[in-house]
Formats: sequence, C-alpha cells, structure tokens
Amino acid sequence: MDSPLHRRHAAGKAIAGLGMLICIASLGRPAWRAAGAYLLLLAAGTAAAKLPVPRILLGGAVVLPFAAGIAVIAAVSGDSERAAMVLVRAYLSSLTTLLLVASTPLPELLAGLEKLGAPEFLLQVMQFVYRYLMVLREEAGAMRDAAASRAGTVRVLEFRKAAGAAGVLFARAHNRAQAIHRAMVARGFEGRMPALRQLPFRMPDAVFAAGTLAVAVAVRAVLA
Amino acid sequence: MNPVVQVRGLRYAYEDGTEALKGIDFDLQPGECVALLGANGSGKTTFALHLNGLLRASGGTVVVDGLEVREENLKEIRRRVGLVFQDSESQLFMPTVLEDAAFAPLAAGVAEKVALERARRALEQVGMAHKAHKAPWHLSAGEKKRVAIAGILAEEPKVLVLDEPTTFLDPPGQRGLAELLASLPQAKILITHDVAFAGRLCSSAVFFQEGRIAARGGITAIVHEFHW
Repeated sequence: MDSPLHRRHAAGKAIAGLGMLICIASLGRPAWRAAGAYLLLLAAGTAAAKLPVPRILLGGAVVLPFAAGIAVIAAVSGDSERAAMVLVRAYLSSLTTLLLVASTPLPELLAGLEKLGAPEFLLQVMQFVYRYLMVLREEAGAMRDAAASRAGTVRVLEFRKAAGAAGVLFARAHNRAQAIHRAMVARGFEGRMPALRQLPFRMPDAVFAAGTLAVAVAVRAVLA
Repeated sequence: MNPVVQVRGLRYAYEDGTEALKGIDFDLQPGECVALLGANGSGKTTFALHLNGLLRASGGTVVVDGLEVREENLKEIRRRVGLVFQDSESQLFMPTVLEDAAFAPLAAGVAEKVALERARRALEQVGMAHKAHKAPWHLSAGEKKRVAIAGILAEEPKVLVLDEPTTFLDPPGQRGLAELLASLPQAKILITHDVAFAGRLCSSAVFFQEGRIAARGGITAIVHEFHW
C-alpha cells in the first residue's frame, strides 16, 4: 500500500507515535476535549494512510477488556470520571499503536526502531514472533482438528486436557525454535542478525515527526 | 581427482551413549550426486549434520574441499557446505524472500551490494526472483523449497546436502525440483526415501543401516539388494 504516511520513514513514525503515546498517557484528569482532538487526529491519520477508518477505530477497542479491570476498580471507588479516562487513554494508545503498525511494514519498523537505539535482542524477538506466530497458529489449528476428528468436538475441553494441549503446543514450539536455530547456524549465524541498509531519514520525515509532536503537545497543553 | 568430501572413521554417540554413527567412510567427488538411503534412524541425517559441523564427531575426520571440519574452520566450512533442511518453514526465518536469500552472505561479512546481487542471482536460478519482496509464509510448499535452496546457493557452496527435499511437494513440484537440482553444478548429497527421485538425480547411492554404511553402488542394485 502506498500513502503519504506509508512513505514516511519508520523512525519518524516511531518518534511521532511515541510522542503521541506520552501525551495521551499523561492526560491525568478528565480531558474530554483533548481526547476528542486526539481521536480526530488519529482518524485523520488513518484516512491519510488510506486504511479503513471504521475497522481501525473498532480494532483499537481490542485493548478495552484489559483496561476494564482497572476502570472497574476506579468506578467502584467512586471516581467514575477517572474510570472513563482509563478506558479513553487505553483506547487512544491502542489506536496510536495500531496506526503505526498498520502503516509500516514490520521489516521497516524494526529497522527504524534499531535506528532509534532499541535493543537488538528485543527486535530479534519481535521479528521471530511476527514470522512464526502464523506457523504456531497453524500448528494449534492442526492439533485442534486432530482432537476434533477423534473426539467429535473440542468445544468443551476440560481444563486438564486444555493444559495438556498447551504443553504439547509449547513442546512443538520448542522443537520449531531448535530447528530454526539449527538452520540459522548452518547458514553462518553467529549471534547477530545481518541488517540490510536502512532507508535514509530525509527532511520530510523530520518535518513529519516534529509536526506531529508539536500538534500532540499543543493539544495536551491547550485542551487538557 | 580429489574428493570434495572425504569422511574417515566418523563416529558419533548421543549424550546417553547411544552410538548413532559407527565408523563411516565416505567420498564425494566434485559434481557427483550420491543418494543416502536407509531406514528412519539409520544415521543418514546425523551423518549429514557432521558435514558442516552442526554435530561434532566423537571420532574420525570430515574434510570438505581440503579443509577439515574443526571449530576454527566452521565459518568457512558452513560456506562450503549448504544444508537444505527437510522443513523449509524453519529454514526461511527472515521477513522477506530477498532478505532470507541474502542472510548467509551478509552473515559471512560480504558487502551488502554483493550479497544482494548474489541473492537475486540465486533467486533467478531457482525461478523465484519475482517473489523477492514477498513474505516467506505467503509461498507454496514448492516455492518455499526453492527459496530455501536459493538461500543456500547464495552462499556459493561447493556441496549441497538436501534432506528429504520432496517432502510436502506434489508430483509437478517434485519434477520441477529434480530439474532444478540437475541443472546445478555442485556436488550433491541427497537424503531421501524417494528412490525414483534419487534415480533422476544420482548415479550412485549408499545404504545406511544402524549407523553404518552397509553397501554402496548403483541405486538399482542397492534397492534390489535391500528390497527397498
């Protein structure tokens, strides 16, 4: 996909995204106007990236069940506005991350994060998780199909059986990891992943990062 | 002619003491293709893993293109011996096909421009240049196998070792792979249960039995002798 946002350097987008996250996370008291402005900014960014706006806005809500626990505690303690802000901050943060990931191919994002000094080991883990998550899901699917073909259904798995299946899946993942490591060593891996040359960080990327940061900080300062 | 692979008295025992290889002698001439046949657990893959030092021998020697497989030579040995594993999924670990094909040259310290050139050439060789920027998990089984081979060819090895290369491939995929491998000039060691596939590529075979080479010779003769 090609869009003005896709064309920006991953490091620039990561800086802008991090700035947004800090501004959003620091919305301490009820700040509905600032939250609304951030939502508009993110929706505009999604549209500029030619991504499906309703789907991305809905996707951001995936984090809400995890934030709901803290929000419930705040609500029970009588601070319903704080509870609502917990959910709003979680949603906007999730949306920011989603927009960054959806508008940046992972190899570029990893290269950008490396440029910003992110630990190499962490980036390697991210790369392998991304590469093999699908494979692991397929293996889990194959196990589920095998169980269903013999048991008739796997909908009502007892806890013990589910725990056993998770153990088998872990063992398979471990075997897979060993096979990958062996293949890497066979091809000369000595602990460091070779990186292809990174795309140059140009003036428009710097302008984009600085501009986004300036808007995010202005919203935080004026509307919150 | 000096053999490109020379193995003498190779022995290997697992940590529990089980002997997997019990004194293997083996020669491979430049450009030759030899099939390794034998039952599961007979030692074929264990033998292959010694050729580029993934396993360390309990005894005996392995020499590749005049260089003995030892700790200090492993980097060069691994460049000379390209291992294509049975499961391509595990072998293709980089985010894109091109990056995967360029992995070994880059890891060996080759300049990026040269490494990418080698990777592109290898992808062309296996007919996968048009998928250079695809993610490996979007490929079919046959395509994955081709890319795995490209990743090895980019190392410019002297020897190709292929472990069950026809696994997961449909008959057209197998035919395509046989044609591709036949066109490659490197010496080849082919570990397989697929005798017909081995017959298309190799003129000779060795038969592994309980960690020993029980026989060597023409594929047809060996298949007949062991009712394979």
